[in-house]
Amino acid sequence: MAGGKLKGVLPPYLLSAPALVLYIALLGTPMIMTFVLSFHAFDFNKGILPGFGFSNYWEVLSDSYFHEIFLRTFGLALIVTVICVVIGAPEAYVLSRMKNPWRSIFLVVILGPLLISVIVRTLGWALLIGSNGVVSKTLQSMGLIEEGFQLMFTFSGMVIALVHVLVPFMVISVWAALQKLDPAVEHAGMSLGASQFTVLRRIVFPQVMPGILSGSMIVFALTASAFATPAIIGGRRLKVVATTAYDEFLNTLNWPLGATIAVLLLIANVLIIFSYNRLIERKYAQVFG
Amino acid sequence: MKTNGTPALIFHALFVAFILAPLIVICLVAFTDKGYMSLPTDGLSLRWFRAILENQDFIDAFWVSLYIALGSATIALVVSVPVALAVVRYSFPGREGLTAFFLSPLMIPHVVLGVSFLRFFTEIGFTGTMIGLVLTHVIIVMPYALRLVLASTAGLDRDAEKAASSLGATGWTVFHRITVPLILPGVAGGWVLAFITSFDELTMTVFVASPSTTTLPVRMYHHIAQTVDPLIASISAVLIFVTLLLMIVLDRIYGLDKILIGKG
Repeated sequence: MAGGKLKGVLPPYLLSAPALVLYIALLGTPMIMTFVLSFHAFDFNKGILPGFGFSNYWEVLSDSYFHEIFLRTFGLALIVTVICVVIGAPEAYVLSRMKNPWRSIFLVVILGPLLISVIVRTLGWALLIGSNGVVSKTLQSMGLIEEGFQLMFTFSGMVIALVHVLVPFMVISVWAALQKLDPAVEHAGMSLGASQFTVLRRIVFPQVMPGILSGSMIVFALTASAFATPAIIGGRRLKVVATTAYDEFLNTLNWPLGATIAVLLLIANVLIIFSYNRLIERKYAQVFG
Repeated sequence: MKTNGTPALIFHALFVAFILAPLIVICLVAFTDKGYMSLPTDGLSLRWFRAILENQDFIDAFWVSLYIALGSATIALVVSVPVALAVVRYSFPGREGLTAFFLSPLMIPHVVLGVSFLRFFTEIGFTGTMIGLVLTHVIIVMPYALRLVLASTAGLDRDAEKAASSLGATGWTVFHRITVPLILPGVAGGWVLAFITSFDELTMTVFVASPSTTTLPVRMYHHIAQTVDPLIASISAVLIFVTLLLMIVLDRIYGLDKILIGKG
């Protein structure tokens, strides 16, 4: 930028003041209140009790009911992330080797659904995999599954729908990493006699690794906190952390426990993001920085 | 040499089919002539699109969503532009921390925001109000808006502003005659992206919406939790169509690829 940056402390803070006030009032305050709420005890007759303690945290961390929910959420996030890497990264590579206008067209086709409501995309899967859904009917007519079998309300159904909702983020991340790749290096590898597979494994893969890692972080974090898709596809039986927090707040009305679950989810989320960032910085800063 | 082989193209076709299948099936089911979920086997029917107009709950919810999206996108942009100018033009202590703070809602799961806003509004007696909902949506859409405004402000050529100042223009004149027109594509793109993000938001809103301030996604969620019928498919088909139109608008004013790639 011409002229460099302006000095001064007051003007930038005055310019940021409206946003700062908004954030402190509407983000800072509610988050602190939720944190405080998570330490209050709760009684089904008396409501939220005034005393402080770790009883809610102890309940969540010691009850096998909550263990199952947290493990299911973690497992779901892990499986969805792995599948997104396995199908999203190759797709980004295929896209990067296309010529325009196909490349732009398919980029929009694959990334455009991000702008369509999650509830709409989830409904699409409910229509496909419900007991009368297209996929179920097709598999039945092929004799591959029994009459009445459906993926709706199953763990597999949740995995499929969440992969669909989140795989565009993986394509974006790997795509962005591929843009930095110098095609001349690939050509050099080829002309020195390396096979297509060797070039992929030794040249392309290591260089898109940061993209795969940051894509994994986004997909993992978003799956772990997903609400709409697990609620609709998983139903009441297959609870995840987000739907459990919802139930505690709006059905059971045990707000302190709901707040505890929310705080734990937030801590897990922030830890994942920071450790991924540390990993990426430490491993790749010196090479690609 | 830089072309895809047949296996790669088959994989690509399957991938695209996977991405489009749920959206296509929604659009097909929306045209069914039956009273239950089915593909339109004996001709297309607009019966379920007419049914939307007879369903006041969904129409009310649509207007609530529209007002909230218009309000929150506008407020988010109005407060984002000065922040972007401050961050891009000044070097001051706390600059990086401030930017990270303004982008931080991206790191917070929407469920967590939802329970926090519910607790906060209950405590101050503000539950389910329209203004409350608009302000919570500002927090959610602000990072998306800010990123686009930051990008367009950072790419701004300062020479035109300097020329105007040296010709005697006041600070305000420079701002609204030179700066604003130059960053307008980013601001408009940020506004549309913020609008879409707000309009689609479900997870946070489901906690704070009251019966009179139920947004369209929340109304759809409660409907699907009860029953899945062709009505919900026709509403979804309309939403897909409207989103496609907005994508064309975004492409014209800012470049869809820039917004989509920048969004991750």
